[in-house]
Amino acid sequence: MNNIKQKLFSALILPALLMSQLCFAAGGDLGQAERQATNWHAIIMFVVFVAITLFITKWAASRTKSAADFYAAGGGITGFQNGLAIAGDYMSAASFLGISALVFAKGYDGLLFSIGFLVGWPIILFMIAERLRNLGKYTFADVTAFRFAQGPIRSMAAINTLVVVLFYLIAQMVGAGQLIKLLFGLDYVYALVIVGVLMILYVLFGGMLATTWVQIIKAVMLLAGATFMALAVLSNFNFSFDAMFTKAVEVFGQVHHTDGHSIMSPSPIKDQVFLGMTVPGWVDSVSFGMALMFGTAGLPHILMRFFTVGNAKEARKSVLYATGFIGYFYILTFVIGFGAIIYVTQNPQYLDAAKMLATGKLALRGGDNMAAIHLADAVGGDLFLGFISAVAFATILAVVSGLTLSGASAVSHDLYANVIAKGRTSEEQEIRVSKMATLALGIAAVLLGIVFEKQNVAFMVGLAFAVAASSNFPVLIMSMFWKNMTTRGAVIGGLVGLVSSVVLIILTKSMWVDTFHMGKEAIVPFKNPAMFSMILSFVCCWFFSITDQSSRAKDEREKFEEQYIRSMTGIGAEKAAKH
Amino acid sequence: MQNDIARRVRAHPKFAELVAKQSRLSWTLTIIQLVIYFGFTIIIAVNPGFLKESYSGGTTTMGIPVGIAVIVAAFVLSAIYVWKANSEFDELNSQIIDEVTK
Repeated sequence: MNNIKQKLFSALILPALLMSQLCFAAGGDLGQAERQATNWHAIIMFVVFVAITLFITKWAASRTKSAADFYAAGGGITGFQNGLAIAGDYMSAASFLGISALVFAKGYDGLLFSIGFLVGWPIILFMIAERLRNLGKYTFADVTAFRFAQGPIRSMAAINTLVVVLFYLIAQMVGAGQLIKLLFGLDYVYALVIVGVLMILYVLFGGMLATTWVQIIKAVMLLAGATFMALAVLSNFNFSFDAMFTKAVEVFGQVHHTDGHSIMSPSPIKDQVFLGMTVPGWVDSVSFGMALMFGTAGLPHILMRFFTVGNAKEARKSVLYATGFIGYFYILTFVIGFGAIIYVTQNPQYLDAAKMLATGKLALRGGDNMAAIHLADAVGGDLFLGFISAVAFATILAVVSGLTLSGASAVSHDLYANVIAKGRTSEEQEIRVSKMATLALGIAAVLLGIVFEKQNVAFMVGLAFAVAASSNFPVLIMSMFWKNMTTRGAVIGGLVGLVSSVVLIILTKSMWVDTFHMGKEAIVPFKNPAMFSMILSFVCCWFFSITDQSSRAKDEREKFEEQYIRSMTGIGAEKAAKH
Repeated sequence: MQNDIARRVRAHPKFAELVAKQSRLSWTLTIIQLVIYFGFTIIIAVNPGFLKESYSGGTTTMGIPVGIAVIVAAFVLSAIYVWKANSEFDELNSQIIDEVTK
């Protein structure tokens, strides 16, 4: 015990002394006074953001009349705007806080996440974006159900969408509540209710147009804030990456009592034992990479964004801009993580002394995800901390709005209009159902956020990606590219992908051991078993299609040519609504 | 009407050209992207020593430029595709549509 205290003292006080000297030396505004429990800068900036977005929602509401307006902003978004909105949709608080925290804790390994999250985009561009735009209308199920039986395919797509959307929503809501509690000194439940009410307002009244602009504004704010932070860190090292890395290695080594150079390269990967066999370490890495890469290409709220642009040309541009913004953002988060190692770990005002005393490990005030937030205070002071806090809140709002709209569309457009009413419904009725679904999803998100408050929700994002990669992605790709696909193959392949990915995820360490406490050893030793469930899904799609000799299957194969020509040329594709 | 247009597109020689060019480019770029990413992933697991080596003698390891290069490559591959598709392929496509709907 004494030993720990002593270590802690040296870890806390000595660096703090060093730090104050460093502050003078760097001339930076790094030593800030104690933060207030209620951060007024953050609250004022957030209120301004909310006022602007509500004003936009009012404007969007006056232009949102038809179903095409509600689901797809009338198809009138440009490629550049959509690229920003996609980036705004994809750069969630989990990416911003989570990845910078991962870099803060492990260095280089954080970059591996960023890369995995980025490399799905080129695949979306080369294989999916323009075909999706040419074939679909409002949801990706328009494409997977193009030549197949509407009922089963759309029901399955809607279930998958709701699974992905709900898990993603819970992860965002829990993160939101904790973040707001810390930053604004607000009660967790109130925080969730504010998020829930705002997102319902955006989606209910402003539909896709308001959601898009919330995402665009948030993307610009986040990119600007992150750029400032990264530049502020680098400016202290005369913009020399090597000097910054050298300092980070030194600080990391001191604080963690280890060789700081470990943060400059990937951690070693161990072999796994699965079903009694030794599986080389790269299998786990590749499986995880596949979940990130192909999961991105199967996320319903992302796929939905391609219907907001006018044609295939703009759809392609959207992906290019999005890839650029997201890639740039991930490089910034890498610098931010390293900056946090240098400026946060040694400053006692950012550390949770009680927790450090109990665990003997470095712990941040407000939890491990707060590295970027504390760095904002360290490099920019109270005002900038307020800005970044408001950005983090805005980020959550933008992402949950997109998710809610996507979930509501699956309910109204896929389940209600095409399965229950079998296409015999009016546009007004479909929008009405969508708005009811929005309300229901918003309320469900708040309630589930409260239920899961104390849970580790990181695995929920992993689950969402695994389901997207193992069920949506195979069915989408096969239906667009493979003539012999049939309804039977698509439904069985999709369901097998869904069930197997969920079951395998439950058996991984983060759920089986850490969440459910079912045992000390995980049954599935992989970080993300998407590789197995995805391949299984492809095989089932293939096998149950080629063995399908029904007359319906024959019709479906014959319809492929027309679908293929439309997907390539855009003949017959949905046109942008006139405004 | 749609079926008739579809038949004429199918028979159009430029459609075959469009399909050939588009699929060649999109599959080539997809394979390059997969090789880059999964190659990188496998190197990390199998031969991480290479990424630990110093880059130009400082603290910066080879892992840093390689990792950044993977990010930049994703953007460059995308840019190549959009540049080709939005000029050459779309031009070919609009010729096809003009000729079959005349």
